Amino acid sequence: MADMHSEADLAFVRETMLAQKEPPIAEQGALKWLRENLFSSWLNAILTVLSLLLVYWVLAHTLPWLLRGVWDAGSLAECREIRDARYGDGVDAACFAVITDRWQQLLFGFYPRELYWRPILALLCFFAAIAPVLFARVPRQMLGFTVAAPFLIFLLLWGGTIWGPLTVALGFVIGWACIAFLTKPLGRLVATIAAVLLPIIFWLFLAGPLARELGNILPIGLEPVGSKDFGGFMLSFVIGVAGIILSLPLGILLALGRQSDLFLINKVSVGFIELIRGVPLIVWLFTASLLLNYFLPPGTNFDIMLRVIIMVTLFSAAYIAEVVRGGLAALPKGQYEAADALGLDYWQSMRLIILPQALKIAIPGIVSTFIGLFKDTTLVVFIGLLDPIGLSNSIRATTDWNGIYWELFLFIGIMFWIFCFSMSRYSMYLERKLTREHR
Amino acid sequence: MSTTTDAPAPDQGFRLNQLIYDTRYRSMTIQIVALIVLLTFFGWLINNTIENLEALGKDFDFGFLGQRAGYDINQVLIPYDSGSTHGRAALVGILNTLLVAVLGCILATVVGVLAGVLRLSKNWVVGRLMTVYVEAFRNIPLLLWIILIFALMTEATPQPRAFLVDESGNADASMLLWDSVAITNRGVFIPAPVGGAAAWFVVGVFLASIAAIFLWRRYAVKKLLDEGKVVPTLLPSILLFFVPTLVVFFLLGRPISLAYPELGGFNFNGGIQVRNSLVALWLALSLYTGAFIAEIVRGGILAISKGQTEAAYALGLRSGVTMRLVILPQALRVIIPPLISQYLNLTKNSSLAIAVGYMDVRSTLGGITINQTGKELEGMLLLGLFYLLISLLISGAMNIYNNRVKLKER
Repeated sequence: MADMHSEADLAFVRETMLAQKEPPIAEQGALKWLRENLFSSWLNAILTVLSLLLVYWVLAHTLPWLLRGVWDAGSLAECREIRDARYGDGVDAACFAVITDRWQQLLFGFYPRELYWRPILALLCFFAAIAPVLFARVPRQMLGFTVAAPFLIFLLLWGGTIWGPLTVALGFVIGWACIAFLTKPLGRLVATIAAVLLPIIFWLFLAGPLARELGNILPIGLEPVGSKDFGGFMLSFVIGVAGIILSLPLGILLALGRQSDLFLINKVSVGFIELIRGVPLIVWLFTASLLLNYFLPPGTNFDIMLRVIIMVTLFSAAYIAEVVRGGLAALPKGQYEAADALGLDYWQSMRLIILPQALKIAIPGIVSTFIGLFKDTTLVVFIGLLDPIGLSNSIRATTDWNGIYWELFLFIGIMFWIFCFSMSRYSMYLERKLTREHR
Repeated sequence: MSTTTDAPAPDQGFRLNQLIYDTRYRSMTIQIVALIVLLTFFGWLINNTIENLEALGKDFDFGFLGQRAGYDINQVLIPYDSGSTHGRAALVGILNTLLVAVLGCILATVVGVLAGVLRLSKNWVVGRLMTVYVEAFRNIPLLLWIILIFALMTEATPQPRAFLVDESGNADASMLLWDSVAITNRGVFIPAPVGGAAAWFVVGVFLASIAAIFLWRRYAVKKLLDEGKVVPTLLPSILLFFVPTLVVFFLLGRPISLAYPELGGFNFNGGIQVRNSLVALWLALSLYTGAFIAEIVRGGILAISKGQTEAAYALGLRSGVTMRLVILPQALRVIIPPLISQYLNLTKNSSLAIAVGYMDVRSTLGGITINQTGKELEGMLLLGLFYLLISLLISGAMNIYNNRVKLKER
């Protein structure tokens, strides 16, 4: 009875584990990936084949042209001679010699050649100044340099005596001093009004003569360079960066104005935003170049680049205002009420509670507005400034490089792509860093 | 025992510093100060303008719109010649702007929706390709794309002469789509529809059958909601779309025909010549805006949480119905507002026509007319008003739509 199932009764007992079998060929490795990602259905297979064909077609047309590129020649005719000698008559080959020949012009325009160190130094200053704003790991002491940088960069780019930027900076110091020293004795309101009015009076009536006198006594400075000599990516960069930095505070103010309960402020903000956004930038630029002289007192005439910067700033401020308004609207009403309940006044609650959260929500929109602004700097070509596209036209107009298109477009396109793409990546980084939600 | 803590403040009468420190009056003070500043500023601007106009000996009137323009426009939708007035030139420009804007919006939507959906596809090659497309077009200025495509159209396309067939029966270039479309460096030649009075009747029937489709769909929904009966809509819609128009078309003896472009000498005759400037502008605007629309569509689809699909399946809806009744209505609520603002951007960006010499409203009214008459102020004012009007109309329509689809929160 004991051992019913003796070993003898059973025909076969497996004593060792079998090794695991390989999955079917179609279910592993590259083949599986291909099947799942490229040929999972008929539609997908057709799409894959079509896109591969497209990629092949584009590469077949451009790659030989690119790889055969001639980098070393003085003119298009010379380029073609080298190409004919190297690859045979009339073969498609790029002529990148135009870039090696003219890259300085594409970057700096007609800025004097011996002064190229100044825009380069200005660019380095810009990076040093912007670093502590963009990245939290950079030491905070650098922010002091950030405050001084605009004046330094202005001096480096345009030259002239150092007293011009210094007196302008003095105006800001006066404003700061009003707030710092007048608040105690006279009250905050009077101090604020003084901090706005005194610098304006100083700039309008005192700064000019003061700078001139100081310049006569102590002529320290750099060789002046006029705005008409600016060009290429330097011009795009100056207009773009100035527009970006100036338009953000203005845009935030406009957004607050649009949210305001004060009837007049609200309506003026709405009107301004809709007016600016309703009309294309190019029309505003023409307005700046054709009509501004009508609106200003007879005889005033100011720098075309300054006009462009003002127009671009106003234009993108209106767009930023709308983006920030979206951020303000997305905040729960409880945040506003909590700020009120804490007893904060309007500006305190905005500064400490509302704006930090609203701006965080609005970051993607703000950065894409900035990217748009930077791309729109190319439009200045229509009012006679030499941005990279304008320069490509004038390079093409010379006898040496008459008839060259694609190489210049490629260079300009890649440069813009690098700037804009890195801006959009930075905004993604910032978004990730600022996320406070639990995941 | 009752003590009143909120005794009214002793009435001291109105003091001047209440204007600043009393919240009841402060907003009024701020607004009045702002109003004064604003009026002063505008007064200053207007005063300067009047003085400047006087100094230049110019006046402010719109009489120039009735004067003879004296310049030619190479792409027109309505009859125009150099003897027409500046006003008519402006109208031609407006129509040209609207033409490229409408064409651009249609193509941009098609491209954008396709690219947005394909970018979400699990197909690796297609997904990457669409990413490259979107990132390339979003990060390079539109102006560069316009110039680039225009250069492609004029430099890399054959001359009309290349279409000539030589003795051996060969030609350097050939027409596309069964010899109906010719892409040349002088423009794209397409067939032109030709028809008499009877043609309008066919068009009328076609429009009527479109209206009938809408009525039928509304009837089907009403039937479904009131009586729970499912009325078929797809087949009747297709039939309504084709049958009446085709029947009328053949009964009237085919009143509409196509005039094909034909090679005569060194250029094409007949058909419609679409200038390369228009084609380049149209393609560049569509591809550029399409990249933005693709991102909007992708974002809209991703914004609908997976739970919605799962809930719909749990209710027993099939995938097509789920898409149509659950996902799309919610995704569209996210997609449509930014989509319309992209349409607006496209319309405004069409003013870049200046780069390729397409005669839009900025080139006629805001360009040649201003140069010829010296009426910068009036011309720019009208130009600005035109764009502003379009923008306000579209954003007004968008507000109405937003209010209709807004989540009804209680």
